[in-house]
Amino acid sequence: MTVFIIRRLLQAALVVLLMSLIVFFGVNVIGDPVDMLINPEADQAEIERAIRALGLDRPIGEQYLFFLKGIASGDFGRSFIFGQPALKLILQHMPATMELALAALFMAILIGIPLGLFAGLYPDNPVSRGIMAVSILGFSLPTFWVGLMMIMVFAVYLGWLPSTGRGDTLVFLGIESSAFTRDGLSHLAMPALNLALLKISLVIRLTRAGAREALHQDYIKFARAKGLSTRRVIGVHLLKNIMIPVVTVLGLEFGNLLAFSVVTESIFAWPGMGKLLIDSLLLLDRPVVVAYLMIIVAVFVFINLVVDILYSILDPRVRLRDQGT
Amino acid sequence: MFVKHAFVAAGLLAAAIALPQVAGAQTLTVGLKAEPSSIDPHYHNLTPNNAFARDVFDRLIMPDHKQQLKPGLAISWEAIDDLTWEIKLRQGVKFHDGSPFTADDVVFTFARAQNVPNSPSSFGTYLKGKTIKKIDDHTVHISTERPYPLMPNDLSTFSIISKKYGEGATTEDYNSGKAAIGTGAYKFVEWVPGDRIVLERNDDYWGEKPKYQSVLIKPIKSGPSRVAALLAGDVDFIDNVPTVDIGHLRKESELTVMDSISNRVIYLHLDHARDNSPFVRANGGGEIKNPLKDLRVRTAISMAINRDAIIEHVMEGIAIKAGQLLPEGFFGVSPNLQPVAYDPEGAKKLLAEAGYPDGFELTIHGPNDRYINDTKICEAVAQMLTRVGIKTQVETMPKAIYFKRASRGGPDKTPEFSFILVGWGAGTGEASSPLKSLLHTYDASKGFGASNRGRYSNPEVDALVEEALATVDEAARQDLLAKATEIAITDVGIIPLHYQISTWAARKGINFKARTDESTVISGIYPE
Repeated sequence: MTVFIIRRLLQAALVVLLMSLIVFFGVNVIGDPVDMLINPEADQAEIERAIRALGLDRPIGEQYLFFLKGIASGDFGRSFIFGQPALKLILQHMPATMELALAALFMAILIGIPLGLFAGLYPDNPVSRGIMAVSILGFSLPTFWVGLMMIMVFAVYLGWLPSTGRGDTLVFLGIESSAFTRDGLSHLAMPALNLALLKISLVIRLTRAGAREALHQDYIKFARAKGLSTRRVIGVHLLKNIMIPVVTVLGLEFGNLLAFSVVTESIFAWPGMGKLLIDSLLLLDRPVVVAYLMIIVAVFVFINLVVDILYSILDPRVRLRDQGT
Repeated sequence: MFVKHAFVAAGLLAAAIALPQVAGAQTLTVGLKAEPSSIDPHYHNLTPNNAFARDVFDRLIMPDHKQQLKPGLAISWEAIDDLTWEIKLRQGVKFHDGSPFTADDVVFTFARAQNVPNSPSSFGTYLKGKTIKKIDDHTVHISTERPYPLMPNDLSTFSIISKKYGEGATTEDYNSGKAAIGTGAYKFVEWVPGDRIVLERNDDYWGEKPKYQSVLIKPIKSGPSRVAALLAGDVDFIDNVPTVDIGHLRKESELTVMDSISNRVIYLHLDHARDNSPFVRANGGGEIKNPLKDLRVRTAISMAINRDAIIEHVMEGIAIKAGQLLPEGFFGVSPNLQPVAYDPEGAKKLLAEAGYPDGFELTIHGPNDRYINDTKICEAVAQMLTRVGIKTQVETMPKAIYFKRASRGGPDKTPEFSFILVGWGAGTGEASSPLKSLLHTYDASKGFGASNRGRYSNPEVDALVEEALATVDEAARQDLLAKATEIAITDVGIIPLHYQISTWAARKGINFKARTDESTVISGIYPE
């Protein structure tokens, strides 16, 4: 297990480095951040000064080496736009996104698994058919549109929930989060649901398929024959066995939620990392984009590692080793 | 069984959190499209930063909502000789912490504003070449090497900071509020990037009493979300209303919509310099000697564009057609220029006269996320030109790619495109700004023509502009600028299309002195 983890971490470091190379040169090819930053009324001398101040007059290879040197001391560079260290900016926005992603994940598990289980256990029930139909909608409707519709219905027409932004936060057990206040929860509800819709649909379908398949397995019949209660048969034996695909998908999707909830954050003006990323990309704030993607790659690798470890807990047959060994 | 419990629990939770918010009557909540990139007023010379700075800091001279210069921290300014201006400062002004405002603060500001580390766009543009000297606690002299009539305009661009707090303060100190002490109508309380800015009333403000006890500014970049927030009552006031929503917002009895013509002209720039322009081709794709260098062709293009149709159908009526660089009422505007009338037959005749009876092929380039409806305007222009025989293709791209290529994308860092859609907002509120940057011959050593992407060059215009920049007499300068504009426009240096209109919307009972400089200044918002 230890060797496995160490090997994984080394692979992660390599991937992160490769990512930094690709993004650094990639963003550079798109365009020149100077034109985004400089006031149009500035004259040529001012433009030259700005180019020099941002270090953009040096050849790109030299800029990259300079960047790597900074990484060694934990400096990911300064945002061209904000002038703040890129890492600090990202970490400042991370709690908001983390909150949103966790809330969406929570909803996906709480809503998706029970509904999927029901649909799998009683497939001919009209409610089950309804659940499957709604899950198709959850897949197909674009997040952008659903978000705006939710705002129109719940905020503008009904006035039940606030339409934008993040609510008040509270510090609890050392963590500051808006989920601890009522105002915060009311602001969190719609964006989390918007984000979760796709995941819920995914989980419903996976759980249903898994349940339908596992229901006919021998061990279920054996457990029933043994006299175990239905609750125990389904809640313990069945659930545990259908969890592997669900855990895999949720793990990867959580990474997605964390890294790329750009659309939801833009619609709901949620002050998270996704919005920071898209804004930085559009304004060619290279240091922030590079730092962000490096961090996200590291997060994805970590999540994959956790998922793999969870496998070995859920299924004792799985022995942790890399493919090919 | 436990599925049912889960549903019941979820239902209770939903009911518990769905409670409406009640805002204090003395709090104003504002939803703005852009948030400042820093609280430091000198860090970045950008519209959102400058607009916000006005709430917390004051300037020596304050442009009002029509960009007319009014006394701010300076009560008078006078050119005592050709090279020196005397500025008398207002007495009895206090910073937010109670310390007095004196000439020391102005001198300190002058030095600091040009030297902010890491500044992506500094205020050096407005301050360089000027030397400041303190005469006494409430008088300063500012001198230049050559006569500089635009001194008051330049003095109206930057905020005055406190020497006591500003000395040694970094941009981070301003962002955290430690150094964000100004003399403005509102005091800075906190900034959570991406989430909110909180201000509170400065009860000792020297000017018009601020109307709200506290102000909450929320950045809401997405247009539909901003409108929804206003409709839902989550914000009291928004800016940049999307053109498609203005119609139905005006019909809402609970809301008011305010608008003002802005100082931004949307225009087309043509390639005047190259004999072989990369995006102009003969019919069929072959090479052609650049027809845009012929005045008749340029005039024909301007005549072929139906500005009224663009305004009505593309801009939904939210624009005013343009015949020159700035709308009526601004300094340096010529009373003799009218928007070119739509005349497709006349355009075809001119083209035939110039030797292009069958037209030619052209590509128009434009940004797709910079100006209001920029892509659609490009498409409309292309259709109109194609109708008179100039088969035009459209290529738009994000501003991050567009501006670099438009300014420096060609060989040797020259402009790449042949025919582009751009906009220009005259920050100083007078015509020397566009004339100097767009129409004067490109001259890096003197700082002229920095945005002259068509490389238009007319020595008559150059001479008039340079003379105007050195003429202190207001009436004489006005005439020089007007004349230069007339020559450049009649020579079709650029083709003006329309002036943008800036829009704001608010709950009924709140009004705003709509501004021509596209800024949302909190002190302009008032309850009715």
